[in-house]
Amino acid sequence: MANKINTFKHFLLILTMLISSFASFASEPTDNEPNANSTVSNEKVEDKVHEEGGFNAGKMILEHVADNHSWHLFGHISISLPVIVKTDKGIEVFSSSHFGHEGEEQYKGANYTYALHEGNVVVIDSQLGGIDEVATSSLSDFSITKNVAAMLFSMLLMLWIFLSVAKSANKNRGKAPKGLQSWIEPLIVFVRDDVAKPSIGKNYERFMPFLLTVFFFIWINNLLGLIPIFPGGSNLTGSISVAMVLAAFTLLITFFVANKHYWRHVFAMPGVPIPVLIILTPIEILGLFLRPFVLMIRLFANITAGHIISLAFFSLIFIFGEMNVGLGLGVSVLSLVFTIFMGALELLVAFLQAYVFALLSAIYFGAAVDEGHDVNHHHDHETVSAH
Amino acid sequence: MLSSVLLEASLTYGVAALGAGVAALAAGIGIGRIGGSALESIARQPEAVNDIRSSMILAAALVEGAAFFAMVIGLLVVLIIK
Repeated sequence: MANKINTFKHFLLILTMLISSFASFASEPTDNEPNANSTVSNEKVEDKVHEEGGFNAGKMILEHVADNHSWHLFGHISISLPVIVKTDKGIEVFSSSHFGHEGEEQYKGANYTYALHEGNVVVIDSQLGGIDEVATSSLSDFSITKNVAAMLFSMLLMLWIFLSVAKSANKNRGKAPKGLQSWIEPLIVFVRDDVAKPSIGKNYERFMPFLLTVFFFIWINNLLGLIPIFPGGSNLTGSISVAMVLAAFTLLITFFVANKHYWRHVFAMPGVPIPVLIILTPIEILGLFLRPFVLMIRLFANITAGHIISLAFFSLIFIFGEMNVGLGLGVSVLSLVFTIFMGALELLVAFLQAYVFALLSAIYFGAAVDEGHDVNHHHDHETVSAH
Repeated sequence: MLSSVLLEASLTYGVAALGAGVAALAAGIGIGRIGGSALESIARQPEAVNDIRSSMILAAALVEGAAFFAMVIGLLVVLIIK
């Protein structure tokens, strides 16, 4: 016990030191307020020059992680993707090459003049030259962006893989699997035996199509995202909208298959007194939406973090290379080793995230279709409590 | 005025980074405990290794989810204050 208190004291001491260092950092420049303005503005000018001339790691990383209207290949070469916008005056389709290489040019369409502002298509006011807020708010962007193009590619790839596997599975019925089939079949059996069966129980078969689809979609797109060259390298599963749609499917399927036991446990937990129910029911209802929300955040953050880390290791080369060429060359060896290590880890994470997403979805489905063990015995809530 | 705004921005960066660090620390403790107890139970009962492994991964994923909440909030703070 005394030992524990001692550790706690140390922890408190370290925390106080940390906070006080922050406080001193914050209060320091206010002492010479009159002079501070000029020095700070000077620094800001220098910063700007540095940003324009030199290499900006943060900007580069965010550009690569975010969605884009063109697909950057290498150097100054990129594929222009179609821009499809719907405004109050109708639909317009044009190539994103009209925006120029850096996205700085304007395109005069039939209805409006368009430009890119922080990666989004906006309408330019032809008289004033600024952004036309009214027309921009009516604009919906249905463009084939980098993520959409990557998703279309991965759909073709998956169709090819699974149609050929299905064909050879039919042909080799009762025999040993052959070719691509021997790669995919163990994974399908893994999803069935380790994900669906233990968490859903009987009637697991009706959920297999969704679980297999979501597992292979996430896994193959994670792997494609790890390939740095075209057609890989887009941050598709690390895009929050893709993750949101996948999680929304899980939520909707849970709602549609849920039986009366499930709803009863949500709205009026059996055997719980009413005063407690007043607190418990809102929490349970919140929990319904919190689970898919966490599914979304987990997939998005895991994959985006993986992309950011490998890009950050590569940025180190250029950051040090700007100081000194020799230093950059030296760091490049180190950063390559780290990137290979992180790449190996990301291969594991790519599989693990697909597995975890499918497993948690299966557990939620299992809770929704659980019949309950005994009608008179209502205190078995283990299956519902997994958040 | 300008200096105080700039300072606030840099302080935000610092606090966001500190928040991400604390979340990583907590998640590290959590995942370490999960891994440690899983190893212990596998050593006690090697035949249950498959069940233990999948429960371990599930628990680790849940801990990780909580850590990612903190990371996303840190990212949001940095990107919005920028």
